[in-house]
Amino acid sequence: MTDEHRDLRDLKWQDQYNFTTEVAYAHRSRRGIGEDVVRELSAIKGEPAWMLEFRLKALRIFNRMPMPTWGVDLSGVNFDAFYYYMRPTQKKARSWDDVPEAIKETFDKLGVPEAERKFLAGVESQLDSESVYSSLKHQWEEQGIIFVDMDTAVQQYPEIVREYISTAIPISDNKFAALNSAFWSGGSFVYVPPNVKVEIPLQAYFRINAQSFGQFERTIIIADEGSSVHYIEGCTAPQYSEASLHTGGIEIFVKRGAHVRYSTIQNWSKNIYNLVTQRAIVEEEGAMEWVDGNLGSGFTMKYPAVVLKGPRARGEILSIAFAGDGQHYDAGGKAIHLAPHTSSIITSKSISKGLGRADYRGLVKVARGAVGSRSKVVCDALLLDPESRTSTYPYIDVHEDEAWIEHEATVSKISTDQLFYLMSRGMSEKQASAMIVNGFLEPFAKELPMEYAVELNRLIALQMEGSVG
Amino acid sequence: MTLSLEIRDLHVNVAGKEILKGVNLQVKPGEIHALMGPNGSGKSTLSYALMGHPDYEITHGDILLDGESLLPLSTDERARRGLFLAMQYPVAVPGVTLYSFLHAATSAARGYEARSPQQQGRLNAHLIPMREFRQEVNEKLALLEMNPTFLRRYLNDGFSGGEKKRAEILQMALLQPRYAVLDETDSGLDIDALRIVSGGVNTLHRELSMGLLIITHYRRILDYIQPQVVHVFYEGRIVRSGDASLVDMLEEQGYAWVKDWES
Repeated sequence: MTDEHRDLRDLKWQDQYNFTTEVAYAHRSRRGIGEDVVRELSAIKGEPAWMLEFRLKALRIFNRMPMPTWGVDLSGVNFDAFYYYMRPTQKKARSWDDVPEAIKETFDKLGVPEAERKFLAGVESQLDSESVYSSLKHQWEEQGIIFVDMDTAVQQYPEIVREYISTAIPISDNKFAALNSAFWSGGSFVYVPPNVKVEIPLQAYFRINAQSFGQFERTIIIADEGSSVHYIEGCTAPQYSEASLHTGGIEIFVKRGAHVRYSTIQNWSKNIYNLVTQRAIVEEEGAMEWVDGNLGSGFTMKYPAVVLKGPRARGEILSIAFAGDGQHYDAGGKAIHLAPHTSSIITSKSISKGLGRADYRGLVKVARGAVGSRSKVVCDALLLDPESRTSTYPYIDVHEDEAWIEHEATVSKISTDQLFYLMSRGMSEKQASAMIVNGFLEPFAKELPMEYAVELNRLIALQMEGSVG
Repeated sequence: MTLSLEIRDLHVNVAGKEILKGVNLQVKPGEIHALMGPNGSGKSTLSYALMGHPDYEITHGDILLDGESLLPLSTDERARRGLFLAMQYPVAVPGVTLYSFLHAATSAARGYEARSPQQQGRLNAHLIPMREFRQEVNEKLALLEMNPTFLRRYLNDGFSGGEKKRAEILQMALLQPRYAVLDETDSGLDIDALRIVSGGVNTLHRELSMGLLIITHYRRILDYIQPQVVHVFYEGRIVRSGDASLVDMLEEQGYAWVKDWES
């Protein structure tokens, strides 16, 4: 294939991930933060008084908390410049036929309809602040599984939401958790009854679709005793000129003997601040796995956490980050061992290209009494260019003598011999590099469902070309 | 234009030191040449230089493929022109399965492009359609008596010496080069594997009418793949060329007597 053809093809790819669709917003709040915005958004959603109170309390906490002074450079964040609530259509659509054309087009470009076909009705998609399209598979209802957007959950299951919200992530955990608590909109609510195994992964596909728009999804997943569930979230976002903010809050509760996997690939455009708090509380013999792929956004701070609360609870955090020009990741994971014989594995793989910077920051904490706990941290960094950067900030805090903590870190480059080998078989240098990088990420990719692994492959190829917005 | 792989007075430096000191060699389609010589004589340097490894600096001379100089071409361009090197020490690429590698490499080496407009816009338009390729791979696996489960393993990662060599010839079978250099493909192969791999090479040679340059220390492989021309390599140059009887002479007297020719 000639280079010209390849370029054309790449343009097409780029096109696929760089687009905006005109969506008629039914409602948009004024720019900036204020009690009036909180009250307005709560009123539009028709929320109960306790939720309004929750939001107002969070706003007060947000206002008095300082900005973090570590991690990525947040000096460009101007809270007054963002919109905090938008709603694209008046009513939620119940079936695909009811979804407005413009939104369907967006999903088309994202390839959602295919996923929808594949996963039957099991798609929970969110466009901007609210779920536009939502249909629960019949058998889930029969099994007693709840899978709805958070707004619906507040209306239909207020007592459960009220019991769990902000118990894994306290409002005051960090400034962005407080912001999310005050302005949250959308997100998923999942409840899996005892001993129910959810065979098909639950998927949420969402994206930011308006300029200067902060997306604050709040997700709560409760896996009751002995149950298991895999929740998948993937994002792609179009490119914008003004900075946008994404501040998610994900709270997961893994009850005794339950198993939860939460997988995500985020590919926000580079002008987005991605500041997410993800935390799971794991009880006796429960298992939690975070599978976390980060390709987009300009500035990212994200440390998926497992709090191992019950004996023999297990936690695993597997993450990758690909930082190109203008991107800085400060990401990693946290494992808090509170009970005896708990174990955790944190695997972080990062790639820095050009002026990109991917840093690992992680915490392993073993509390007094958590005897026989084990933790293993592995950080592998791949630097593609001489000016690329990576740093590792491992924090280890152990209060128990009988605990095993391992930490390994490697930094490597693509070897000349590997490149030569692949090129001697006819691959261009770019193609060869992309293949080596994909190989480096394979331990992550193989944990993803096939179509996500394929998408990851494509995104990596795009990143290697430097053509991702 | 002459159809051949031609090496003209080739001088090559590695890390500033001259290793090849004027190599002349011409391999025509369908011919089999053997290049024999002691360790450290520069045989592998020749193979890397032919393929364009960046660490091998050509200071003088030329390499022509069917009359066209390869020197301005990158390694991948040389491969796409139909030159193949079965390496002595193939590197591991962890995380990349042999199958996905073969698929990408074969598609790239052939310059594959989807023809139907329907497929052209697709992201995998540069890859040979899966079903078509799968069938081809299975045929080649059978030729080399390899187990299909091999395809799921990561490229050369944890392969035994013999497995690596088989995988190299499998690649050759798929890439279908016009000229191939086999750099000590026999080392690491046991008797049975040597017979199978040699059989595969002979079949491909016949089918494709390839020009072959077989680099080796030992006569073993030459009992299976019979060369028309044998070259003896010593201290960066070919010091003698002749027919297959040279192999017997080397076998009887070792490389020590090569020195005598020098004087």
